[in-house]
Amino acid sequence: MIDKINGKTVITTPVSAEEIASLHVGDVFYLDGEMVTGRDSVHARVVTEGQQLPVDIKDKVIMHAGPIVRIHNDAGSSSAEGSAGSPSYEMISIGPTTSMRMENFEYEFLQETGARIIIGKGGMKDKTAAACRDLGAVHCVFPAGNAVIGAECVEEITNVHWLDLGMPEAVWCCRVRDFGPLIVTIDSEGRNYFEEKKVEYEQRKEEQIAEISKQVHFMK
Amino acid sequence: MTVSSDVRRITDTMAAFIGHGAKNLPDDVLKALETLRSKEDDPLALEIYDLMFRNLKLARELDRPTCQDTGFLQFWIRCGSGFPFIADLEEALTQAVIEATASTPLRSNVVETFDENNTGNNTGTGAPTFWWDIVPGWDGCEIYTYMAGGGCSLPGHAMVLMPGQGYEAAVRFVLDRMTSYGLNACPPLFVGVGIGNSAETAALNAKKALMRPIGSHNENEKAAAMEKLLEDGINAIGFGPQGMGGRYSVTGVNVVSTARHPACMGIAVTVGCWSHRRGCIVFDRDLNYEVRTHSGFSAEYSSHDSGSDQSSSFGKAGAAND
Repeated sequence: MIDKINGKTVITTPVSAEEIASLHVGDVFYLDGEMVTGRDSVHARVVTEGQQLPVDIKDKVIMHAGPIVRIHNDAGSSSAEGSAGSPSYEMISIGPTTSMRMENFEYEFLQETGARIIIGKGGMKDKTAAACRDLGAVHCVFPAGNAVIGAECVEEITNVHWLDLGMPEAVWCCRVRDFGPLIVTIDSEGRNYFEEKKVEYEQRKEEQIAEISKQVHFMK
Repeated sequence: MTVSSDVRRITDTMAAFIGHGAKNLPDDVLKALETLRSKEDDPLALEIYDLMFRNLKLARELDRPTCQDTGFLQFWIRCGSGFPFIADLEEALTQAVIEATASTPLRSNVVETFDENNTGNNTGTGAPTFWWDIVPGWDGCEIYTYMAGGGCSLPGHAMVLMPGQGYEAAVRFVLDRMTSYGLNACPPLFVGVGIGNSAETAALNAKKALMRPIGSHNENEKAAAMEKLLEDGINAIGFGPQGMGGRYSVTGVNVVSTARHPACMGIAVTVGCWSHRRGCIVFDRDLNYEVRTHSGFSAEYSSHDSGSDQSSSFGKAGAAND
């Protein structure tokens, strides 16, 4: 569901392909609902090893993130997942990790899981852009390094899976409120904000290299 | 005071300092970011700066790490040959990392190579990293702490150029890395450039460049000129905060160089993200200390007078990282 509240775009999960189609690169929105974390190892397990993600994220959100979670063991064992006396979890710090590391997995990952929103850091390339176009999804950036704000938007960690991968790599299931700002960087038409900006950056870089090179003839 | 209680004091102070450094940016980094924000006019870039400063404020208020990636701990130790605890330092710092991991808390970021298991306490084979410089005839010790995050470690690159390619090739080497990897490394970046004889001397020089204060200049005039040219050049690329576009892309560029073989020019670049979490603390032989980077770090964070009860002064400690 997409709402405009006082000029602010708020997306509440689940979200459909039609709703996703209304988002375009450069748009800013905030997220309410269900989001799970997954980065290198989670993508490898799902895509390379063919394991099923233990949580249904169809029409929901995958965030490339490895949070800091405080585990409260008061209730008992820290090792059992979902069993009686299982620990509770407190989100301390969560922000995005470099999305580009997931580029080779993302098409198949979205195809397999049906996620519609990817949250990450920096750009992704053609394969992800193709996935967003073919499957009706977007990639967006949560400005990185702002992990305390991120954590304050997590109302509850509802579950954790694959904790054997370690804290950063596990699948943390979160209920979030007002999570953002999220800036759309690949839209469902396949437009890619970073790839478009990079053309400008490359051109200006070549100009600067030529200019600076005139002034560093230090070699004798 | 016995040697062991002195070592405990180093451990306590360093654990507190590491935790403080995860939650508070150094003074020079804060000042550089404020300056960049004041000169920015791109609306999206300004929105991102506002978010960054709100996050830093919230981190202070809630006593939490500013970023979830609290990095891989690296220490550059400039130790006087007469410092009484020279032999105990690695053990004390390793223990400080373990204690800071639980008390801060820090994310567990150390994975054993080949075995591919996360050790859970931020220590492991060769972890944390120690680089040593011995300072003859001094009885104090200067310790640089650095939390090397994954995102801003990825652009790191070193190679050996042929001198015939000139310093021009070094310029291309650095700028190419900014557009290929720098964009994703959480700009505005702090850029360390190292030049030396070989790949590894250049790489270590680049890391040392990141330890130097933002706004400081290389003593060599030509090197200082190159710092300024690179800084202006990278800014002119215009990738801005988060690589999404903006007037300024770097908080600074520092160059550190050492002599080289006439046939080789080792060149390296490494970057710090906008949240450049490095600290510098100097101990004298009696373990009085002075913090060079963080004006907010005070004795209340350390257990100076207590040899054993380090938990009381750390606030919300917990068995967080099992």
